[in-house]
Amino acid sequence: MEELKQQLAEILTPDRKDRSQLIPILQQIQGKLGYLSPEAMLAVAEFVEIPGSTVYGIATFYNQFRFTPLGKHPVKVCMGTACHLAGGKLVLEAMARELDIEVSGITPDHDFSLDRVACIGCCALAPVVVIDDSVYPRMTPPKVEEVLVSVKPASQEQSEKQ
Amino acid sequence: MTFEEIQKQAKSDWDSLYHGEVPHILIGTATCGRAAGALPVVEAFNKELATRNAQAKVTEVGCIGLCSLEPLVTIIKPGSFTVCYNSVTPQVVSTLVEGYVLGDDPCLELALGTVEGGEGEAVYIPELSKFEHELRLILRNCGYINPGNINHYIVNGGYNGLAKALKMEPMAIIEEVKKSGLRGRGGAGFPTGIKWELCRQASSEIKYVICNADEGDPGAFMDRVVLESDPQQVIEGMIVAGYAVGARDGFIYIRAEYPLAIERLKVALEQAEKLGLLGDSILGSDFSFHIKIAQGAGAFVSGAETALMMAIEGKRSMPRPRPPYPVESGLWGKPTLLNNVKTYAYVPLILSHGAEWFSSMGSEGSKGTAVFALAGKMVNTGLAEVAMGTTLQELIFDIGGGIWGGKQFKAVQIGGPSGGCLPQSMLDTPVDFDSLREAGAIMGSGGVIAMDEGNCMVDAAKFFLDFTQKESCGKCTTCRLGTKQMLDILEDVTAGRGRIEDVDLLVELAEDVRDGSLCGLGRTAPNPVLTTIRYFRDEYEAHILEKRCPALVCKELIAYYILPDKCERGCEHCVLGCPVEAITTNEKGIKVIDQTKCTKCGSCELVCPPEYNAVVRLSPPSLVPSSQVKESDGVIPEEK
Repeated sequence: MEELKQQLAEILTPDRKDRSQLIPILQQIQGKLGYLSPEAMLAVAEFVEIPGSTVYGIATFYNQFRFTPLGKHPVKVCMGTACHLAGGKLVLEAMARELDIEVSGITPDHDFSLDRVACIGCCALAPVVVIDDSVYPRMTPPKVEEVLVSVKPASQEQSEKQ
Repeated sequence: MTFEEIQKQAKSDWDSLYHGEVPHILIGTATCGRAAGALPVVEAFNKELATRNAQAKVTEVGCIGLCSLEPLVTIIKPGSFTVCYNSVTPQVVSTLVEGYVLGDDPCLELALGTVEGGEGEAVYIPELSKFEHELRLILRNCGYINPGNINHYIVNGGYNGLAKALKMEPMAIIEEVKKSGLRGRGGAGFPTGIKWELCRQASSEIKYVICNADEGDPGAFMDRVVLESDPQQVIEGMIVAGYAVGARDGFIYIRAEYPLAIERLKVALEQAEKLGLLGDSILGSDFSFHIKIAQGAGAFVSGAETALMMAIEGKRSMPRPRPPYPVESGLWGKPTLLNNVKTYAYVPLILSHGAEWFSSMGSEGSKGTAVFALAGKMVNTGLAEVAMGTTLQELIFDIGGGIWGGKQFKAVQIGGPSGGCLPQSMLDTPVDFDSLREAGAIMGSGGVIAMDEGNCMVDAAKFFLDFTQKESCGKCTTCRLGTKQMLDILEDVTAGRGRIEDVDLLVELAEDVRDGSLCGLGRTAPNPVLTTIRYFRDEYEAHILEKRCPALVCKELIAYYILPDKCERGCEHCVLGCPVEAITTNEKGIKVIDQTKCTKCGSCELVCPPEYNAVVRLSPPSLVPSSQVKESDGVIPEEK
């Protein structure tokens, strides 16, 4: 809790005690923590001086906010129109199968989380998957395993270096 | 600084790069370019130039709209042709540097074409016939100028409109916009000048100007490209709007899913402020205007104007009944002018070139041009800007290059989840606000998605409805419950549980949802269902009466089957590719799919080598011979 308070202190600065800052604040917290925990939302409610239920109501209204932690490598499968028509759903299913988690879930080792997103604007490269900040164009179910393997060993090397 | 001084300074900055003594390399690094690998190309160029100690400059530019050919690199060479290269990889960078940057070989085998235009004229590639059919106004600079350098915009005519506007009476500006015939590019097509006039007339000390960049349609990306490639035109348009209606503050409401556009906008705002084109006493006048960025948090309904203002206020983004219209009571109860990204982008051009110039383009009721995002099964996916009134045929075949992979065109979805699916017979429809509405579609966001024979129209309608149903904010009962009921019916139909009376029930529900909802989301959500029933009723009937999906898409109505006489017995691709071990080899060496284990993921079809092409989809699934394991050799069930 103390740790959380410290992390939030940078975001909840006195000049932002304003209702119109609520969504930007939640966005920043999610950017920092990867998700919105009940404790974080309550802290924001106290700060902006509105009920916790209102903060929760607003956070759950918008697709951007998540309430479970993000994996080390967040996997986002685009389900926009172009991706759907090009077989995006099969890619999403293959991803869920390969990671052995449900959509919106996270692997037990917290390496990967899986989400569906509605269009990242790369329709010409459909279907696309975004892992970390890289876009993988023209995905197919057989390519899923290959892509996941390419992401994971790279991260292991990185952590060894550090 | 006076505007003339700003222009002079901009010119010298521009000339040093674009008319300099050394070659100048432009690399498209908008989101689509990056997805195709543009950043490693930038790195490779910088490295290659450094190791060879070559005198050349590299500039990151936006997107010219040829998404399927990214990454694009353009080399401007003093005293020679400007050449554009497509699908550039880091591997070919040294060839390009050696060949054209340092030498005189334009590397034609890698080139897409030459680049012409620029400096006031729209940039184009004469070798590509697509450009002959286009008319580029707001895309004129895209992919040629550095979106992170305001001088590049100014040299190409930028901020002329604002400089002119500040010498005009606000009402004269509004008259000019009215005379131009400009209609809102967010989709509904409300006359822009009238909106401005209403906002001008509202009496209030405080007014707001909002730019709607919440491009939520899953399949449209014009606003993103405009903001990533030439953001200053939108900012200039907003400042002019602020001056015209009497507002001092503006907001750009933009999706958080567009991080690069947000970054480039921030840089653009800073630069405009630095030159005194934005902020306090603009260009020495007594007019002050400030712009802030508000990031959306992912709700399609936020695209509706009243819902968008709720989001900026930090509330649940839900629409409210109008009147009062936002021009009277909008953001925080103050008169608010809200327009789309592209609407603002046209404004500086209208002021610089005059209303008559603008209204000379386009069709009877829709003036100027329209920008479309071409996607789906088209050859040339990307952006196109055409005169209003261009036909769908021209847009899809002459500009889009037709259907990919030599397949048959089936339908075009225009206007996103709020639009409609139009068949081949409607390809003569001109794209303008009124003609599209008549056909059952709408201009909407401007997304144009082509579908081929391999796409199921019932599945497509289900996809769009699934999207709008999830995005319904829940305020209006007809939208909240109606879209859910419609979706349930469509799920039954695609799963083979549909009843024939369901089709009429869908139409009835669709009309109720349309009539009983407050905002554009609910009012247009039924369009995909209504148009697919109107133009593709036979597909609905095949699903319901024959339990058959003609396009072989709906999972419950298809089965994967390996044609015994085509199966190359020694090959194991499908067996290894199947994630659920449903494929085995029978005693004759032929691969057989266990239908009870098969999850219909399609992997076997994708991995079966094209020279065999032995995996097929059958619909209805009962076409798979039950006896195939024992005696199916050579027996090919009739494919439907």
